[in-house]
Order: sequence, then structure tokens, then C-alpha cells
Amino acid sequence: MKNKSLNGVFGLVAVTTFAIGTVSVWAETAPKPAKLVVNDESEMVTEVKPAEGISHLATAYDGWRFRASETQAVQSDDFENPGMIFVEQALDNWNKVDGTEGKSCASCHGAPEESMVGVRASYPKWDETMGKVATIEMEINNCRTTRMGAEPWKYTGGEMTTMNALISVQSRGMPVNVAIDGPAQSAWEHGKEMYYTRTGELELSCASCHEQHYGDKIRAETLSQGQINGFPSYRLKNGKLNSIHARFKGCVRDTRAETYKPGSQDFVDLELYVASRGNGLSVSGPSVRN
Amino acid sequence: MASGVKPRVKVPKSAAAGSSITIKTLISHKMESGRRKDKQGNLIPRSIINRFTCEFNGQPVVEVAMEPSISTNPFFQFDAKVPESGEFKFTWYDDDGSVYEAAKSIEAT
Repeated sequence: MKNKSLNGVFGLVAVTTFAIGTVSVWAETAPKPAKLVVNDESEMVTEVKPAEGISHLATAYDGWRFRASETQAVQSDDFENPGMIFVEQALDNWNKVDGTEGKSCASCHGAPEESMVGVRASYPKWDETMGKVATIEMEINNCRTTRMGAEPWKYTGGEMTTMNALISVQSRGMPVNVAIDGPAQSAWEHGKEMYYTRTGELELSCASCHEQHYGDKIRAETLSQGQINGFPSYRLKNGKLNSIHARFKGCVRDTRAETYKPGSQDFVDLELYVASRGNGLSVSGPSVRN
Repeated sequence: MASGVKPRVKVPKSAAAGSSITIKTLISHKMESGRRKDKQGNLIPRSIINRFTCEFNGQPVVEVAMEPSISTNPFFQFDAKVPESGEFKFTWYDDDGSVYEAAKSIEAT
């Protein structure tokens, strides 16, 4: 009982602090320069004012803004960005024939530089034939099983995540613009409810860290807003590309809750909602993070 | 035999004669240290790139001896003086005897 009431007090304090403005403190101390220019030519939008009714953020910031300047520099040059090595590997898979139909991705889609432009910016989105909100990963596996006659890839596996990176990089610089109305609305609302629901032994919601305390320290790390416009993300800690659902799983696990399964409809809904929180930010994957 | 090895270099196309330029090199390679064990507990044999050199018109620019603690996909960045037009030649030497090469010409203006 004592713990319960304490929690209530802490919750109130956190909310009050947020209202007064932890936000501005971070913005004032944020590392400069704040402009992400890739390859000295394409500038990414790393901050944007979100539309009304999506979140309680005054400004949405790209996760790049929260990283140390050394890490930021690595992402601003494709030659140095280790994520681009995986993009090249995915291009080999794109052209590789697999399955019983004797097809590769290229058989139908041609060159990704042409066919995949803008795809990453609008996903997850409602898929009429599947009758549900689908992610890029689901579309890839749908292609593999129904059109190529091939085995589906593991949802957060290497082939899948690198292929997602190849598709994402074609939309780089374009603003994230996921639809949250129409048939996708109920999924979006479910995702929003998940975002603000406290779970796990630590009783944390996504918002507890990423909305109320971004810019603050969580142990040695600086909390970001948890925007997903930069995914797939090359993490220095594991030396590979990481998918959105793998990150979600890590976060839910850190609240000491049972996690959802990557690729489950719960995570898809959450992905749609989190993507919409960053509507207007540039697609910037593959990003480089700690 | 390491797979998926691909050398990459970034050198400016031209530079003022006598000026200093920045060169970036990256080679995708597993750099297996020889210390890791597989699921059965057996040591995975060492397989790294042990030497890297850069030459400009036959003159040595840098030479690097690499040891097992070097990370995967080793990246090197260094400055070099460009006295005249010519060609930078990059060579990586693998434990398994493979040699990977790349070359970039530069024009001195």
C-alpha cells in the first residue's frame, strides 16, 4: 500500500516537471550543430512540430539529435556509415532468385532505386488484400511466400532487416507520412493506448521515458523520443542493423514485462502509432546509434 | 576463407599540387579473432586481415599491421600529400593468403 501511494506522488511530480519544461532544458544543452546533412548534400528534417491530437510532444526530434557528435558524424557520411554495408548486401539478395517460382525481388520490382521510392515513408499502412495494417516486413514475406514460392524470412532476422534498410534508403530525406485515419484508425488507436499504458514490474509506459523524460539520462545513455524514422538502425553495441520490433521488444523487456512477439499485430499497431508521432521527420535510415 | 569481402576507398578526384587530402578506406570483413567459440565449444579459427598498405605512384604512404582485436569491417582514415597527379594503390592482406586491391587516380591542379 505504501508503495502504491508513493508511486502516485512520483507520477504527479513527473507530470508537473514535464509541464514546466524539461523539454527546453534539453533543447538548450543539445549538442550543436543540429543539422543532419548526409554526404554533404541532402539535409534531413530532424525536428518538426507534430500535428494536433497525436502526442503531447511540443516538437518531434530525430533520435540522431540525442547522440554524441562522434556518432552523429558517422551517420552523416554514407562511406563511414556501417549500415550501408548491409544495404549493399541486401542488394545481392534483391537480385537473387529464390523459391519455386524462379523469381527474385527484381523480377517484379526492377531496380529498388525506382520502384521503392517513398515506400518506407508511408509504412505501416492498411493493406487491402491482407485486410489489416501491414509493415514492410510483412509485405516482404507476403511477396516471398505468395509470389516467389520461397520460405518466409524471420521477422527480425538479418536478411529481413537488411532488405528493409535497402527499401528505407530509397525514401531517405522524404517526410514520414503514415495514414492514421480510414481503415487504419482502429489499429492506430490501439497503438496509442499501448503507448500510454504502464506495463511490467517497473510500471513504465513508452511515454514515461520517451515523452516525459527525453533528453534526460537513463544510466549512462541519453533518452531519445523513441522516434522510428531512422530504422533500421546500426547499433555500435552489436555491430548490425536492428529492426523496429526488436527495439520494441528490448524496451518492453526493460520494463520487466512479458514482451509481445516481433511481427505480432500488437507491435504492428504500436509501430503505426509511433511512426505517426514522427510524421514530418525525414526517413533517415539506416541510422547509427549506440 | 572469408566471404563477402569488399574493399572501398574514398579519394578526392583532384587536389591542389602539394596539398594534403583526406583518404578514407573501409573493407567489409568478419575479422574473426580466433578467440570465440562456436555452440559446441570449439574455437573458431582466426581469420583476419593482417596488413594494409597504401602507395602513391609506388611510394609508400601508410602501412598498418593489424591484430586480432581490430573490429569487424576495419575503417582507416588518413591524410596524404599530393605532389603530382598519380594513382593511390590500396592493398589488404588476408590471413588466408587472399589479397584485395583497390586503386584511385587523382589529378593535381
